[in-house]
Amino acid sequence: MQEWANQLCENRQFGSKMTDSKYFTTTKKGEIFELKAELNSDKKEKKKEAVKKVIASMTVGKDVSALFPDVVNCMQTDNLELKKLVYLYLMNYAKSQPDMAIMAVNTFVKDCEDPNPLIRALAVRTMGCIRVDKITEYLCEPLRKCLKDEDPYVRKTAAVCVAKLHDINAQLVEDQGFLDTLKDLISDSNPMVVANAVAALSEIAESHPNSNLMDLNPQTINKLLTALNECTEWGQIFILDCLANYTPRDDRESQSICERVTPRLSHANSAVVLSAVKVLMKFMEMLPKDLDYYGTLLKKLAPPLVTLLSAEPELQYVALRNINLIVQRRPEILKHEMKVFFVKYNDPIYVKLEKLDIMIRLASQANIAQVLAELKEYATEVDVDFVRKAVRAIGRCAIKVEQSAERCVSTLLDLIQTKVNYVVQEAIVVIKDIFRKYPNKYESVIATLCENLDSLDEPEARAAMIWIVGEYAERIDNADELLESFLEGFHDESTQVQLQLLTAIVKLFLKKPTETQELVQQVLSLATQDSDNPDLRDRGYIYWRLLSTDPVAAKEVVLAEKPLISEETDLIEPTLLEELICHIGTLASVYHKPPSAFVEGSRGVQHKRLPGSTESPDTTSAAAVSDAPPAVIPSQGDLLGDLLNLDLTPPTTTGPPPPASSENNLILPAIGAGFGAPPAAMPASFSAPVSGGLDDLFDLGGGVGMPMGAYSAPKTVWLPAMKAKGLEISGTFARRSGVIQMEMTLTNKAMSVMTDFAIQFNRNSFGLAPAGPLQVLTPLNPNQSIEVTLPLNTVGPVMKMEPLNNLQVAVKNNIDVFYFSCQYPISMLFVEDGKMERQVFLATWKDIPNDNEAQFQIKDCHLNAASNKLQGSNIFTIAKRTVDGQDMLYQSMKLTNGIWVLAEMRVQAGNPVYTVSTAACAYS
Amino acid sequence: MIHSLFLINHLGDIFLEKHWKSVISRSVCDYFFEAREKAVDPENVPPVLQTPHHYLISIYRGKLFFLSVIQTEVPPLFVIEFLHRVADTFQDYFGECSESVITDNLVIVYELLEEMLDNGFPLATESNVLKEMIRPPNILRSVVNTLTGGSNVGETLPQGQLSNIPWRRAGVKYANNEAYFDVTEEIDAIVDKSGTTVSAEIQGVIEACVKLSGMPDLTMSFMNPRLLDDVSFHPCVRFRRWESERVLSFIPPDGNFTLMTYHISSQNLVAIPVYVKQSINFFEAGSCGRLDITIGPKQTMGKTVEDLKVTIHMPKAVLNANLTATQGNYTYDCTTKMLVWDIGKLNPQKLPNLRGSLSMQTGVPNPEENPSLNIDLKIQQLAISGLKVSRLDMYGEKYKPFKGVKYVTKAGKFQVRT
Repeated sequence: MQEWANQLCENRQFGSKMTDSKYFTTTKKGEIFELKAELNSDKKEKKKEAVKKVIASMTVGKDVSALFPDVVNCMQTDNLELKKLVYLYLMNYAKSQPDMAIMAVNTFVKDCEDPNPLIRALAVRTMGCIRVDKITEYLCEPLRKCLKDEDPYVRKTAAVCVAKLHDINAQLVEDQGFLDTLKDLISDSNPMVVANAVAALSEIAESHPNSNLMDLNPQTINKLLTALNECTEWGQIFILDCLANYTPRDDRESQSICERVTPRLSHANSAVVLSAVKVLMKFMEMLPKDLDYYGTLLKKLAPPLVTLLSAEPELQYVALRNINLIVQRRPEILKHEMKVFFVKYNDPIYVKLEKLDIMIRLASQANIAQVLAELKEYATEVDVDFVRKAVRAIGRCAIKVEQSAERCVSTLLDLIQTKVNYVVQEAIVVIKDIFRKYPNKYESVIATLCENLDSLDEPEARAAMIWIVGEYAERIDNADELLESFLEGFHDESTQVQLQLLTAIVKLFLKKPTETQELVQQVLSLATQDSDNPDLRDRGYIYWRLLSTDPVAAKEVVLAEKPLISEETDLIEPTLLEELICHIGTLASVYHKPPSAFVEGSRGVQHKRLPGSTESPDTTSAAAVSDAPPAVIPSQGDLLGDLLNLDLTPPTTTGPPPPASSENNLILPAIGAGFGAPPAAMPASFSAPVSGGLDDLFDLGGGVGMPMGAYSAPKTVWLPAMKAKGLEISGTFARRSGVIQMEMTLTNKAMSVMTDFAIQFNRNSFGLAPAGPLQVLTPLNPNQSIEVTLPLNTVGPVMKMEPLNNLQVAVKNNIDVFYFSCQYPISMLFVEDGKMERQVFLATWKDIPNDNEAQFQIKDCHLNAASNKLQGSNIFTIAKRTVDGQDMLYQSMKLTNGIWVLAEMRVQAGNPVYTVSTAACAYS
Repeated sequence: MIHSLFLINHLGDIFLEKHWKSVISRSVCDYFFEAREKAVDPENVPPVLQTPHHYLISIYRGKLFFLSVIQTEVPPLFVIEFLHRVADTFQDYFGECSESVITDNLVIVYELLEEMLDNGFPLATESNVLKEMIRPPNILRSVVNTLTGGSNVGETLPQGQLSNIPWRRAGVKYANNEAYFDVTEEIDAIVDKSGTTVSAEIQGVIEACVKLSGMPDLTMSFMNPRLLDDVSFHPCVRFRRWESERVLSFIPPDGNFTLMTYHISSQNLVAIPVYVKQSINFFEAGSCGRLDITIGPKQTMGKTVEDLKVTIHMPKAVLNANLTATQGNYTYDCTTKMLVWDIGKLNPQKLPNLRGSLSMQTGVPNPEENPSLNIDLKIQQLAISGLKVSRLDMYGEKYKPFKGVKYVTKAGKFQVRT
C-alpha cells in the first residue's frame, strides 16, 4: 500500500497521468524477467498490474508467449477483471502452447457451471477462441449445456461458439449434432439469440455451400421477420441477408415480406438500410408491375439511397458502387435525384470517380444540360484521373443522349482549346467514339484535331487520332503526310498504335491509290518483315495478300461499313447484373464481380438469380434491357475465367479441350459450337436459365466427388510375414471421391487363426489418421487373404517426418503388435478444390519468394493428355498459353493442410523434355 | 466476419492489433501501405482493398486508420459502420480518438474491443451497455481502485443487454429530470460562379440529452412534419406511429444520443442564407492575380449570420496574398495554399469585403483550375428548413421534467465555384 501511495505521489510530481503507457517502461534486468517475478507475486494487485502489462505488450505486437505458465496460474481467481485479462492472453497464445493450454481446461469447465451468467458466457466464449484440438474435445459438453442455458445471454454466446468450433473442427460439430441445436435456436423466444443463430448458420453455410443448413420455409421466415423488429442493428443485418436467400412462393407472400422489411429503410445504420434494399430489390421482381404497391415501393427506395450519400466517405463509396448496380437494373428509382451525385471538390477521389459514373448512367434528355455544365466544370479540376474521366464522360453522354451530341462535341472542342495535354488526349479518344456513333456528322472538327497532333504522347490518343485520319483520309488533304510522320518512329510505337497505323495506311491507299503506293509498301514491309509481334505480322500479311490478289475485295473488307457503337458497351452484362443485384451490400457488389470469381474457398458458390416475375415481361426499359439479346461481349477476363472453369468437367463430355488464352475474340464462336450452343447466345448462356445443359456441366464441375480415377500405385509389400509372425501386409494409397484410402491386403501365412485387428498411425507430416477402425470382421484363417480398405482423414496430430511423406503404422492382432513404415504419394493429399482463380494465381505466383521454388525435368509426355491426367489427381490447369514457341501450362493444387502448390510446366515444341517449376505457399 | 483490426497512425506505424480469430501477420498491411503510398493524401485511400487472400476494409478518422482484415464474404458497410462505432466508442470513453489517448489506455481499449466483437460478430456496441461492463477511466476511480483493489470491470450482466429496450438501463435515477433536444441543420450546397444554386440540400439531426428517471415514454410532435420524408431513426423510435401519425414516440436511452437524422433534398425548401460576389483572376503577364470577394445576406429569415468564414484552396502557383479585409482577419498558409478569411458576424449594413493582389510563381503557366470557396457560417435559433417541434409529452412517469429545444443552422459542405 505504501509503495502504491509513493508511486502515486511520484506520478503527481511529474505531472503525468495514471495511464497505460507506464507499462512500457523497462528496467535493465529485462522486461520478461521482471514480469515473471510480478506475476508470481502474492499480492493480488501486483498480479493484476503485471497481467495488464503483459496485455499491453501483446497489443502492440511484442512476443510475451514465454510468460504463458505464469499468466495461466493467475486464472483461478474470483476477480472478474483479472479473469478477463487472463482469458485475453490465453486466446492469443494458446495455439503456440497447446500442451500448456490444457492446464486451463479445468477452470473453463468449472466456470461454465458458475451461477453468474456473465461468467458462464465468458467461459464458453473464450474456450471457443482457443484453437487447440485437445481443448475442443472438452468444449463439447459445456457447449451443449450452454446452448440450452436458461439465460438468453449465454445461449446467444453459445450460438456463436458453434460457428467458432465449426471453423476449427467441422466434423466434430456435425457429429455432435450442434447444427440441429443451432437450427432449433432460430425459433428461440429471444430475438438476439435468433439473430446470432442466423449469423452462425450463415457463416457455417458459407463453407458448406451444398448443405441445406438454412431450411427457409414460410414458418421460419415468419419467425425471422418477428425477430427482425426486436433485435440489435447487427442482428438485423444478419437476418435481412438471410431473408434475401429466400424465394417467396407467390407475389402475395413477396409483398407481405416487403411490407415488413420497408421500415428498415429508415434505420440509422447504413448496413441495415442496404441489406433491406437488397431484399426489396429482389422480391420486387415478383410483384406485378401494375400493382399500386409496386409503385409505392419504388418511391420508398429513393430517399434512403440518397441519405446514404450524406454519410462518411467510406460508406458513400460502398453505397455508390451499389447504386451503380441499382441504377442499371431500375433506372426509374433515382432518375430525379441527379443532383445528389454532383461532385464536391473535397470529396475523396474514389467517391468522385464513382459519382461521375452514376451521373452518366442517369443522364437523359431531361437533365443533360445540367450534367454537361457539371462535367465541364470537373474538367478544370486539379486531379488528373478525375479530369480524364470527366472528359471521357462527356463523350459517353454524347453517345448516350443523341440530342446532346452537338453540345458535347462543342464542349470537347472548348476543352481541346485549353491545350492541357491530358485533356486534349482524352478528348481526342472520345471524339473518335463519337465519330463511330454518328458518322459523317461532325467531321468539320477534324482540322482542329489535327492541330494537336504533336502533343499526343499516349498510345491510346495516338491510335485514336490515326484512326480518325485513316477513316476520313479522303477529306484530309495531307493525310498521307500526317501518317507518314507517324511511320518514322514505327518501331518505337506501342502495338496498339502500330496496328492502327497499318490499317489507316491501307485505308488511305484504298481511297487514294495513286499517291500512296510507296507508303503502303513501306508499312507492309515494316509490319511483316521487321516486327516480331505476331498480331501485327498476321494483319500485315492479310492486307498484303488481299491487296495483291483482289483489290476490290480488299476495299469491301477494309472499308466496310462498321456497326454503330452504342452506350451499352459499358453496361454490366444482364445476367451478371441479376446475380449482383442478389448480392447487394456484399463485397461482390463492390467489385462488380460474381462472388464465385473471387471469394476464396468458394468451391460451389451457388449462382443466385432474381426470382422471375409472375406476369409476362412488360416493355419497361429495365425489362427491355434484360430481355434483349446480349449484344454485349463481356470483358475478356471474365469470360476466360468462366471458360477455364470448364476444365473441371470430365473429358468425355467436354468435347474439345479448353482453349488457350488468346487475344482474339474469334475463338468464342468456335467454342460455342463445340458445346452445341449457338454462338450468338454464348456469352449469355453462361448463366442464363435457358441453357440448362451448360449449367449442368458447371454443377458437375462444382461437385466434389468426381467419377475420375486418380492414379494409384500397385500394391507393394509393407510388412513381410517373417517380421510379423506370419502376417503379411501389402498395400497402396489412393484418393477416391475425395477420400484418402489405404488399401491393404492382409495375408495370414502362419498356422493359427488371426483375429482382433486394429491399426494406429504415428504422428506424421500431414496429420493422417484412420477415419474409422480397421474392418476385419471375420477371423483370418491360415493361408487366407483379405482385402481391406481403410478411409483416412487428415485431422490427426502433426509432426514433421523425414522424408516428408513417411508414415509409421502399428497393426495389432491377437498375436502381437507389429510396426512398419511406408511412404504415401503426395498427390493423394491434393484436394478437389485446389483450383485457384486466375488472378489469384498470378498474384500469388509473383509473391512467392524464389527460395520456395524447385525446378525439375520430366520426359516423354503429351501436353493435353498430361493436363487431363493431372486433373484426375486434382492438379488443376489454370491457364495455358504459348510464349515464344513454348507451351506453358500453369497449374495449381492444394494440400489437405491448406498449402497451395503452384506449378508452371514448360514444353518446347519438338522436345520431349518438360521443365516443371513448382512453388509452394501456405496460407491459413 | 471481421477477422482482425489494426490501428495505424499517420506515419504508417501499426500501434495496436487485435485478432478475433487466428492471428494474421502484420505483413498483410503491406498491401494497404502500398495503396496509401499511391493515394498521396490519406483521405484518398480506397476503403476496400483486395489482396490475394484477404480483404482490407479501412476508415480514416482523426488522423488514424482503422484497418480491418476480412477473409470471407461480408457486407462491407457492416464493417465500415462497425469501425466507425469503435472510433465513436473511443471518443466516448476517452474524450478523443487519437494515438496518444489509445496507447495511454491500451488495456481498456483491448477489453472494449473484446467486448464489442466475438468471433467477428458484434456483441455489445451500445455505449450504455459497454459502460456497465467496462467503466470509463477517470482519475478518481483509478485512485480509488488502486487503493481498494476494486476494478473497472462490471461483475454482473448489464440489465439492458437482453430486454426489449437494450439501449436503456434499468433503475435510472436523477434529482433533476431534464430532456434537451438540439435540432441542427447543415446546408450542403454548390453555387456556381454566376450565383445560381447548382444543388442544395439540408442534412438535419436531432441530438438529445435526456436525463430522466425510471422508464419515461416520450412523444415528440412537429408543427410541420410533412417536411420530413427522408428520415433515419434511433432504434428506440416506434416506426409504426411515425408512419401513421407522424409523431416520434420512444423510450429514450439514458444520456446523449442521436434521436433522428433527416435529409431534405427538394431544392425549393432549401434557403441559401448568404450570397457571394467574387472574382479571382490570374494574369498572364506580371505573374500576379487579383482577388475580390464580397459577402452579403440572402435568405436569413431575419436572423443574424455568425461565425462566417471563407476558405479557399489556392492553386499551387500562388506564392502569397496581399489583401485587405474590411472586416475580420485573413491568413494565407503558403505551404498548404489555404487562404482563410475569418469574418465573424455578418452586418447587413456594411458588407464585408476582401480584396487585393496575389503574387504568383514566375515562369509557370497560369493555373488551369479555378479555386472553389468554402463557406462556414452559423445561424442561432433557426432551423433553415422551417422545422419546428410543437410539443413534447411524457408518459409512464409521474414527475414533471424540464424540457428544452434549441435550433441551429450551419453550413455543411457549402461551396461557391469561381
